[in-house]
Amino acid sequence: MGNDSENLIEIHGLKYSRGPRAIFDGLELVIKRGEITALMGPSGTGKTTLLRLITRQLIPEEGVIYVGGVDISMLNQAELYQMRQRFGMLFQNGALLTDLNVFENVAFPLREHTKLSIRLIRHIVLTKLHAVGLRGAADMMPAQLSGGMARRVALARAMVMDPEILIYDEPFVGLDPISLGVIVRLVRRLNDALGITSIVVSHDVEEIATVADRSFLLSEGKVAASGSPDELSIASSEVVRQFMHGMADGPVAFHFDAPGYEEQLLGRDIE
Amino acid sequence: MNKVFRDLRNNLVEFLRTFGAFQLFFLRLLKYSPRILVTRPGLVIKQVHNTGAQSLVIIMICGLFVGAVLALQAYSNMSKFNAEDWTGVAAAFALVKELGPVMTALLFAGRAGTALTSEIGLMKATDQLSAMEMMAVNPVPRVLVPRFLGGVFAMPFLAAIFSAVGMFGAHLMGVELFQVDVGSFWQQIQLTVEVSDINEGIIKSIVFGVAASLIAVWEGYNTVPTAEGVGRATTRTVVITAITILVFDFMITAVLL
Repeated sequence: MGNDSENLIEIHGLKYSRGPRAIFDGLELVIKRGEITALMGPSGTGKTTLLRLITRQLIPEEGVIYVGGVDISMLNQAELYQMRQRFGMLFQNGALLTDLNVFENVAFPLREHTKLSIRLIRHIVLTKLHAVGLRGAADMMPAQLSGGMARRVALARAMVMDPEILIYDEPFVGLDPISLGVIVRLVRRLNDALGITSIVVSHDVEEIATVADRSFLLSEGKVAASGSPDELSIASSEVVRQFMHGMADGPVAFHFDAPGYEEQLLGRDIE
Repeated sequence: MNKVFRDLRNNLVEFLRTFGAFQLFFLRLLKYSPRILVTRPGLVIKQVHNTGAQSLVIIMICGLFVGAVLALQAYSNMSKFNAEDWTGVAAAFALVKELGPVMTALLFAGRAGTALTSEIGLMKATDQLSAMEMMAVNPVPRVLVPRFLGGVFAMPFLAAIFSAVGMFGAHLMGVELFQVDVGSFWQQIQLTVEVSDINEGIIKSIVFGVAASLIAVWEGYNTVPTAEGVGRATTRTVVITAITILVFDFMITAVLL
């Protein structure tokens, strides 16, 4: 796989377990350069775990993950940090540094990795804050921000180093309709304007359909289906139909494994 | 019986594993410390200020009363032998060699140590440390080392302040209340307390500073990232630091006597 391949990230034969439970069992997945790729699936299918594997916050038990043609499990710490400068990641809760104000949070990667002048750092930070509509909040502390504002600041911080890949972990959770619309538009606009590759983890089917170029539905440790959101919505697979149409019961059971209801109520299971 | 031995063995293995990891963690902090001191002194100074300022008031209040109590006890016992002039000496020895460093370290663990643990633990629980990793910033030198060094540097100053305020408390009690001659009170101290006694206090406060800061930072960094986990880690910081300080105090005293 070459550096200029249209496949930016390739995952082959990925296996990863948490305790006795297999999260991924031979996962195969390709993320194409310049696209917005959605990773969807029921809760507990390992979407966030997959992001952590792609960024090598976790190490797979088996299989390989190539980012830009490089097997990331082979990198030493210095090379890994070099690689991570190509990533920007928006955490689910924003993960802003609580002892720094908004401006300093966004400036943090620049101060750590560059020797730019104070004037230039100020210019870049204000540009990024302007892009997410929060230039006026530069002096506020994270504790003073709403959930939506915190996520936009985190987005400004994630893109301040002009990354090649932007990763969004559940960016739409818990947002009011206005903030949600703002974030959805930002995801699309940033991807197109900056020419980057975006990976969005979400189970918000409607919102993701408006921005994703390609979606992967994860289930039972593998890719259950992939394609455009439209293709997924008419897929014949029961798992896909259950997820896309929000049906309570189906292949993904509503009830967690348990003894018989009647037996348990009558106490027979403890006799 | 087999189960008892198996549990004992598992606990021993777990203890040795944790202890080994703790030592490696300490070496990692030491490895990055010189670089941070040279390239990012501002981060360390900020933490010296944070931990020092956090503990200063409680250290001064406790120092005052500990010094006063020491003088009270010393006077009531010395006066039986007409040796009231030695009130100050008894207080000075106890403060400089033992209670200054030990009490300061215990108070530091309760005030600044718990704050360090909970701060780092909450940073972990809210993904701030992961976010740093993702920004290609190693949290060990950026977050942990300045906090560790801040505690190490603050402790000898805090112990010195504790002892100084304690001596003031002893003076108030012995000279002002019990009317011990002020000249005798201070002259006996000057004649009896030697530089080696002060050095013992300084050595102890440095060792305790390393131990208390290291335990606080370790517990924070290894917190289970939940509200309950942060609470447990904070409690462990106080308990483990207190035990460690008292054990080290005995060992250092035994060696230096």
